[in-house]
Amino acid sequence: MITFELNGETVTTSDAADTPLLWVVRDTFELKGSKYGCGAGLCGACTMHVDGQAARTCVLPVAAVAGKSITTIEGLGTPNGLHPLQAAWVEYNVAQCGYCQSGQIMSAAAMLATNAAPSEDDVDQAMSGNICRCGCYPRIKKAILATTEETLSADQDVATSLQPPARQVQA
Amino acid sequence: MNQQKLLSRRQFLKTSSIAGGGLVVGFSLAGCGGTSPALPTSQGAMTPNAFLQITSENLVRFYCPRDEMGQGVSTGLATLIAEDLDIAPWLFDVRWAGVHPDYSNPDFGVQGTGGSTSISAHYQQLRQVGANTRAMLLEAAASRLNAPVTQLTTDNGQIVYGEKRYPYGEFVDLAAQLQAPENTPLKSASEFQYIGKEFSRIDGIAKATGTAEFGIDVDLPGLHRAVIKRSPVAGGKAQSFDKQRALAVTGVTDVVEIGSGIAVVAKQYWAAKKGADALVVEWDLPALANVNTAQVKSDYAAALNSADEEALISSEEGDLQAGFASADHTIEGDYWAPYLAHAPMEPMNAIVHIQNGEADVWTGSQGVAAPQGLVARYAGLDKDKVRSHNTYLGGAFGRRGTLTHVIEATQVAVATDKPIQVIWSREDDLQSGIYRPASLMQIKAGISKAGDITAWQATRIGGNISPQTMANMMPALLPTAVSDGTIDWVVGVADSAMSGWVVDASSVEGIAEDYDISSHQVRHTTVDHGLPLTFWRSVGHSYTAFAKETAMDELAAKVGMSPVDFRLKNLSQNPRLQNVVRIAGEQMAKAELAPGRALGFAAHHSFKTDVAEIAEVSVVDGNIKVHKVTCVVDCGIAINPDVVRAQMEGAVMYGLTAALHGNLELENGRILESNFHTYPILRMHEAPEVEVIIVDSATEPTGVGEPGLPPIAPAVANAVFAATGQRLRSLPLKLA
Repeated sequence: MITFELNGETVTTSDAADTPLLWVVRDTFELKGSKYGCGAGLCGACTMHVDGQAARTCVLPVAAVAGKSITTIEGLGTPNGLHPLQAAWVEYNVAQCGYCQSGQIMSAAAMLATNAAPSEDDVDQAMSGNICRCGCYPRIKKAILATTEETLSADQDVATSLQPPARQVQA
Repeated sequence: MNQQKLLSRRQFLKTSSIAGGGLVVGFSLAGCGGTSPALPTSQGAMTPNAFLQITSENLVRFYCPRDEMGQGVSTGLATLIAEDLDIAPWLFDVRWAGVHPDYSNPDFGVQGTGGSTSISAHYQQLRQVGANTRAMLLEAAASRLNAPVTQLTTDNGQIVYGEKRYPYGEFVDLAAQLQAPENTPLKSASEFQYIGKEFSRIDGIAKATGTAEFGIDVDLPGLHRAVIKRSPVAGGKAQSFDKQRALAVTGVTDVVEIGSGIAVVAKQYWAAKKGADALVVEWDLPALANVNTAQVKSDYAAALNSADEEALISSEEGDLQAGFASADHTIEGDYWAPYLAHAPMEPMNAIVHIQNGEADVWTGSQGVAAPQGLVARYAGLDKDKVRSHNTYLGGAFGRRGTLTHVIEATQVAVATDKPIQVIWSREDDLQSGIYRPASLMQIKAGISKAGDITAWQATRIGGNISPQTMANMMPALLPTAVSDGTIDWVVGVADSAMSGWVVDASSVEGIAEDYDISSHQVRHTTVDHGLPLTFWRSVGHSYTAFAKETAMDELAAKVGMSPVDFRLKNLSQNPRLQNVVRIAGEQMAKAELAPGRALGFAAHHSFKTDVAEIAEVSVVDGNIKVHKVTCVVDCGIAINPDVVRAQMEGAVMYGLTAALHGNLELENGRILESNFHTYPILRMHEAPEVEVIIVDSATEPTGVGEPGLPPIAPAVANAVFAATGQRLRSLPLKLA
């Protein structure tokens, strides 16, 4: 049995110790936001935070995170409570197919946690492990650079200022 | 608009009353009449056609007929229907359409997403659906409010009558009983509120929060995952295998042989993967197992050498001999483009669940009817017993038109009697997949001193895409009663026809069409070593533009003209591309270049859209760095200009990956590249700034997903020539 913290909750799994964290989170805990892209730590689609650090979880055995704190994209923000980076992603129309974007956002969030005012080179450096096959890089970069210290510390209720969430015709 | 299309649409617009007092208006194909409606009617809702359902609670559901692979089609098509329905598209609850002829791509006649067709093909149709539905709501409101319909108007989902506003939902019960009008007038362009405007993509929040559901994310109670060990060489068959080594892995429940290899099944992916890794299989390998890249190249070169005797003529015009005889200069160059994989970020996957003589299939595909047909055929069920569910596609680029993973999931589900999800690894994707064909091309051209192109002979050697696409699509789309043997026979006829007497248009598209040329000839010889082939973003244009536009650069240099002036001079037959070149030329003229940088230019027409690109490049220690790309595009009306920009940016990046890195090597019939370390994809630090200029247009929209790609490789190659004097004719681009 391996116990760790997943998005603030303590969880325990009986999955084989060598199972990559990605598959434990997807198959056992049924959080599907983190993606499988390469299984070799090469593309970053599986990126989660392990004690605040960005980690490639498709090559990280679950045994290695015993007692640690894991944050996935689901723990970063929600459609009704977007993290400032997620709000910037929506504002800049970053995503195309969207499959890699959870990993992109988790890598960016980990960088901003230690470097809230990155240069373009800092962003290139921090994001070079994340592949986007649709080629959204210029927008990813813009969205990260727009997520300044100010928006990071602001009230996280950014979603209310955005257009799309409403689904009903307003009376 | 196209009169023929309008006529046929009217012709097949059918109105049919159905039980329960509802009303369904469908757009159907000839010969497909009598099908049941695409959407069931439901109490308290208006379902006026296959695309819309409006509830009395004002929920507007839009059933999106095309597949969202990142190209923004759900936002774009929602915008079309929203414009003439008069409601903000971001208020829609977007659902994926199921299998029904009403959802056919008007350009294809079947349900399929590709060829950069979605917006142009549905432009009139979905606007008309929106307008007709709005007219019904107005009529119902007039009746209920006891007001002349001429005094009512609409605004963002509401009927406006004087000072008062009423949500559409208040009238859906009445509107559902009305006869749908056929051709309500559409808004004029000056009235557009959503077309041509920019707003957040309607999938933006889902994709920023990990809540967008891709095929791989679908889960079911009792779902088992299957990992398949396939032949290392395409077309190989298992000779023998020892299932005990896989069954010994904790969690593995089944090991079964299927058409493509040996499937290892477990509840969890990781156990299935470990089981498949533990399997040892002996394979019977096909002739491809003796083929290396060097042999492919030498076979292609031999075919090129004998093209005068053996090549098929695809098209010709004018007197080529006279054209060369009258030329003041001639050029000749051989161009190479390698096999490529699509490598979408989401590897292939599919779920098939068969129970009680019915089946469900979930997969993100470029056509939701195809999985239904494949499951029916391989599970021995009638098509109407198979429900096909689409999802978001984690990239496609042509790859998700081929659905062997659905066949695999069906066969494993039948063999194990379990709900099965097949998941491919990245290694499977690169090494057991289906590819952009390799090509050897030759351009010979003659030019006068004045810069007129007098002769153009283009020859392409390689495999053909269309026969294999037929082989993939026919089992999916034909009635299950048509036997596999019959399909094999038809595909075989097509294959031999395209090798022997007719050129597959996809193989040579774009190699000679764009410029004023007084004589031309396009030739083709099929040489196919058996690697599976398919469409890859921009198809034939992905390699023909490289040869054509590099040759154009050489010709311009021969007569001392600028690349822009030379193209402008030779585009009188193609004014829209000429205009795009002119605008790009103005950008090029005012570019301020940093020391060590050079510009390259290319232009190309594909998927009815015209694009010119300028690449700003430096070469340091033999490494090509692309700093900036300027892209000028005329795609008619840009439905959502920011989505158009995103597609141009993305096509530039996709094309740059191919231009700078993309290569698959064959060794003993095996693809050597296994993952992103050996098949590198452009990363952020290599990504140039991309400036997109969209030409103002009032004409109907044309393709957007693919046309940004073809010009980028030649633009970079031409810039490398400007920087170094080296003419690169082989992809990926490498300096000597």
